[in-house]
Amino acid sequence: MEAVIAISIGILAASGVWLILRPRTFQVVIGLSLLSYAVNLFIFSMGRLRSNAAAVVDGSGDISAYADPVPQSLVLTAIVIGFAMTALFLVVLLAARGLTGTDHVDGRER
Amino acid sequence: MPDGLLLTTITVLPFLGMLAAPFIPARRARNAAAVLAGFVALAGLAIMIAMYPGIADGGVVRHDIAWLPDLGLNIVLRLNGLSWMFAVMITGIGFLVVLYARYYMQPDEPVARFFALFLGFMGSMLGIVLSGNLVQLVLFWELTSIFSFLLIGYWHASSNARDGARMALILTGTGGLALFVGMLVLGHIVGSYDVDVVLASGDIIRNHPLYLTALILVLIGAFTKSAQFPFQFWLPRAMAAPTPVSAYLHSATMVKAGVYVLLLLSPAMSGTGPWVWIVTYTGLITLLIGAYSAVFQSDLKGLLAYSTISHLGLIVTLIGMSSPLALVAAVFHVANHATFKASLFMAAGIIDHETGTREFRKLSGLFRYLPFTGTLAMVAAAAMAGVPLLNGFLSKEMFFAETALKNSNAFVDVSLPLGAVIASLFAVTYSLRFIHDVFFGPPPTQLDRVPHEPPALMRRPIEILVLLCLLVGIIPGLTIGPYLETAVRSVLGDETPYYSLAVWHGLNVPLLMSLGALVGGALLYLLIQGYLKRGADGPPIIRHLMGQRIFERILLLVSVKWARALERLLGTRRLQPQLALLVGVALIAGAIPLLMNPAGGLGASPTPIDPALVIVWLLGNACAVGAAFQAKYHRLVALVLMGGAGLATTITFAWFSAPDLALTQVLVEVVTTILILLGLRWLPQRREEVEIDIAATRGARLRRARDLVMACAAGLGMALFSYAILTSEAPDSIAKFFLENAYNLGGGRNVVNVILVDFRGFDTLGEITVLGIVALTTFALLRRFRPAADSIERPEQQRLQSEYEAASPDDVTGSIASDFLRVPAVTMRWLFPIIVVLSVYLFLRGHDLPGGGFIAGITLSTGFVLQYLAGGTRWVESRLRINPIIWIGAGLLIAMLTGVGAWLFGMPFLTSSFQYLDLPLLGRVPLASALAFDLGVFVLVVGATVLILIALAHQSIRNAKPSARRAASGTGGA
Repeated sequence: MEAVIAISIGILAASGVWLILRPRTFQVVIGLSLLSYAVNLFIFSMGRLRSNAAAVVDGSGDISAYADPVPQSLVLTAIVIGFAMTALFLVVLLAARGLTGTDHVDGRER
Repeated sequence: MPDGLLLTTITVLPFLGMLAAPFIPARRARNAAAVLAGFVALAGLAIMIAMYPGIADGGVVRHDIAWLPDLGLNIVLRLNGLSWMFAVMITGIGFLVVLYARYYMQPDEPVARFFALFLGFMGSMLGIVLSGNLVQLVLFWELTSIFSFLLIGYWHASSNARDGARMALILTGTGGLALFVGMLVLGHIVGSYDVDVVLASGDIIRNHPLYLTALILVLIGAFTKSAQFPFQFWLPRAMAAPTPVSAYLHSATMVKAGVYVLLLLSPAMSGTGPWVWIVTYTGLITLLIGAYSAVFQSDLKGLLAYSTISHLGLIVTLIGMSSPLALVAAVFHVANHATFKASLFMAAGIIDHETGTREFRKLSGLFRYLPFTGTLAMVAAAAMAGVPLLNGFLSKEMFFAETALKNSNAFVDVSLPLGAVIASLFAVTYSLRFIHDVFFGPPPTQLDRVPHEPPALMRRPIEILVLLCLLVGIIPGLTIGPYLETAVRSVLGDETPYYSLAVWHGLNVPLLMSLGALVGGALLYLLIQGYLKRGADGPPIIRHLMGQRIFERILLLVSVKWARALERLLGTRRLQPQLALLVGVALIAGAIPLLMNPAGGLGASPTPIDPALVIVWLLGNACAVGAAFQAKYHRLVALVLMGGAGLATTITFAWFSAPDLALTQVLVEVVTTILILLGLRWLPQRREEVEIDIAATRGARLRRARDLVMACAAGLGMALFSYAILTSEAPDSIAKFFLENAYNLGGGRNVVNVILVDFRGFDTLGEITVLGIVALTTFALLRRFRPAADSIERPEQQRLQSEYEAASPDDVTGSIASDFLRVPAVTMRWLFPIIVVLSVYLFLRGHDLPGGGFIAGITLSTGFVLQYLAGGTRWVESRLRINPIIWIGAGLLIAMLTGVGAWLFGMPFLTSSFQYLDLPLLGRVPLASALAFDLGVFVLVVGATVLILIALAHQSIRNAKPSARRAASGTGGA
C-alpha cells in the first residue's frame, strides 16, 4: 500500500507544482490546493500507514496499538490553515483582477 | 548610595529622561524639556563629583550585572580616572549646552524631540565611557552614531541636514562595525571582553598573530568617529545640525569617543611599530589638512569644524607617539579643546542667531553690537590659537615639547616638529580670521536686521567655559592638576611621568616654536586677508582632493549602480520565475541527499495492497492530473476535479485510522468548493479556441517544457521520499507521551483533540488567531473590491432568465431561480436545525471521540451557507442576523480568557484542568477547562468561515458604482 500512497503523493505534488508555475491566478489557487493535499498526506504518512488502529484511547492497554496522533494533529491544523490560505489568495486574486483588469499573476499580460 | 547604584543611575537616568521628554505638551516643551534635560545632566555631574574620592587614588569602581553569564558577558559599569574626566565633560558641558539650547531653539520647533534625542545621546556617550565590557562599549558606540544621525537631521526639511546626517551615519556606523569586529578579535585573543582583563593582557595581544587585524579594525572605528584622515569629511557636513548639537556632539564629546577608545586601549595595544606609525601620521596628516582647510572656510561653523578636525588630529598624533608625556598632553588637550571649542561654537550660534547668517563675507564689525559675545569669543579663539595664559597654550606647549624630542629616525625628527609648527601657524591664522573678520572692520552692510546681545542666560554657558579656559591657563596646578593626574594615572599606572603644569618653563624650544607659530600665523593672515575677503570657498590646491567626492562616488556605485545591476541580474518582479527559483532550490536541496545515498531506504511495502484503495487513488490521481490540465480554460471542471483529489485524500485519512482528519478534510472540501464557486463569477472569460494559437509561441513552449520537467522531478522526489520514509522503521516519537498522558493529564480519549486544545493549546491559539486575521483581511479586501469592467455585467444565464421573466407576464423577477431550487430549498431549510444539533454534538464529544471545535465550527458554518444557497442572500439576512465579526472576536476572547483563567490558580497560561460532573439526564460527563478553550476555537471557526463566504457572496448583490457601470457598458458592447 505504501507504494500506492507514495506515487499518489508524487502525482499530487507534480500536478500542484505544474500549476503554481502557470501564469493564471486561478491555476495557482488550484495548484496550491493540490500541493497542500500532497504535503498533508506526506506529513500524515510520517506516522506510517496503519489501518484499523484505534484513534481513541480507552485509558489503559498497549499504546503501540494506536495510530500516531502527532502528525494527525499537525495535519488537522494544516487543513484549516490551508483553507484560510486558499480564501485569502482567492480574494487577493479577485481584488488584483479588479484593479489590474487581468488574471495574470504579475498583474499585467506579457 | 552604593557605587553600583550610582553608576547604574547615571547611565539609565538620561534614557529615562529621553523616554519622558516626548510626553511633555508642546506649548511648554521649551522650558519643561530643558529643565528635565538640565536636571539629568546636573544629577549626572553630581554623581560624578560624589564618586571622585573612590577613584582619586587611581582605583577603579566596577559594577557587574549578569547579562549572558554563559557566554562570559556581563554588563559592566566601570569608572576610573579617564572615564571620570570624560563623564564630567559629558555631563558638565551637557548642562551648559542645555542651558544654551533653551534659548537657541525656537519655540515653534519640536523642542521636546530635540531634548529627548539630546538626552539619549548623553546616555549613550556616558555608556561608552562607563563600559567595562568591549561588546557593551560598541553597543553604546553605535547608539551615539544613531543619535548623532537623528540630531544632525533634526531640521529634516533641509536636504543639507539629511545628506549630512546620512553621511555621518554611514561613516561612523561602518566604522562602528569595524570596531565591533576589532573588539571581537580582541576578545578572541584575550578570551574575555572584560576591559580590565583585556588591559592586563597587553603582551599577549601585542604578540598575537591577529594583533594587526585587531589594531586596524579598532583604528578604523576610532578614526571614523574622531573624523581622522581620510574619513574627516563627514564632520563639516554634520554642521547642518543645530548649533548646540555641533557644540556638544561634534566638538566636545562624540568626536572624542574615538580618542577615548584609543586612550582606553593604549595600555593593551600601543607602543608597537604599526601603532606608532599609523596613529601618529594619521593624526599629523589630519592635523595639517584640518588646520589648512579651516583657514579657507567661508562659513563660521565650517571653520570651527575643520579646526576641530585639526585638534583631534593633534590629540591622535600625541596618542600615536605612545610616550607617557605625550599621553599626558593628549588627555590634557581633550579637556582643553572641549572647553574652548564648545564656547566658540556657542558664540558662532549666537552670531548666527542674531544676524541670520554664518557667512564670513556678510559679517563684519559686529563688535559694536555684540561686545560681550565678542570678548568671550576672542578669549576662546585665543585659547584655540594657543596664546599664553590660556589653556590651549599649555597643552600645545606639551605637544611641541614632545615633537621636538630627538628620535633615531631622521624623518620623524623633521616631520613631527615641522608639521606641528605649520599646523599651529594655520591655527593662529584661522583664529585671527574668526575674530577679525567677524567682529572688526566696517559695520556690516548685508544684514537684514540689527544684531543685539542675546539674553544673559544664553551667554552664561560661554562665560563659564571661557572662565575655565582662563583659570586652567593661568593656574593649571590649582584647577585641573589633580584631576588630570587621576586621569593620566588610570591610563599609565606606574608609568605616569613627572610633569609640570606651570605656565612658564623658561625660554626653551617649545616656547620658540609657539612664538614662531604666533608670529607666522599673524603674518600669514595679513598676507592672505585680501584673498579671503574675495570669498573663495574651500582651500586652494586640495580643493578638488575631497574625500567627500570619493565617498559620494562610492555611495553612488554601491547603493545605486551595483544594486541596480544586481537587481537586473538576480531580481524579478514576476511571480513565475520567483516560484520556479523556489521550486528549483527545493529540488536541488532534495536531490543532494538522494544522490548521496541512492539505494538507501527503499525496501518492500510492509502493508499489502488493497484493490479498493488502489481504485480510489487511480481516480484521485486522474482527477489531480485533470485539474492541472483544465485549470486554464475550464475552471469549473478543474474545481470539480480538485474536489475529486480531495475526496481521495479524505478516504485515505479515514482508511489509515485518522477519523478526525477525514472529517475535517471533507468539511473543508465543501467550504473550499463553495468559496471558489463564489469567486469564479469575477474571473475573466477565457476561451480555448480563441487563445490557442496566440499562446503557442516558441518561448511559451520552452517554458512549459521546463515547468513540466520541474513538476515531474518534484513529484518523483516527493514520491521517493515518501516511499523511503514509509518503508523505514518508525522511530520512537513523542507520540508515546501523548498517548500515555492524554487521558490522565488532559482528561480526554481523543488524543488528537487533546493535543490541539490542551498539550499544544498555545499553538492552536496562534492558529485560530491567524484564521481570524485571514477572515478579517479578506473582509477588508472585499469591502473595497472593484470588479473588473468586463465582470460587472450580470452573468449570461441571469440575463437570459431576467429577459424571459420580463417577457412572460406570469413570472415575477427572480422566480426562475427560486422555482428551480424550490424542493432542494425546503430540504436545506429543514436541514438547518439538524446541522446545528450535529455540530453541537460533534463539538461536545470532541474531547473523547472524533470531533471538536474545528470540525464542529466548519459544520455549523456549512449550515449557514446552505441557508444562503437555499434562500439567497437577502432572504437569509432579512430573517437571520448573524454578525460573524463578533463571533471571531468572541471566540478569540473565550480562548484567551480560558488561558488567562489558569493564572487565577497560580498556573501558567493555558494550563487546563478537568473533572467529572454528574448532570441530570446526561449522566456523568467529563468537564475539562480545555472544553472552554475548544468552545473558543469553535466560535472563531464559525465566525471566520462564515465571514469569508458571506463577504464573497455579498459582492454579487452589491451595486457597482455608476461610473464603473458606464465603463462596463462602454466596453461590454464592443
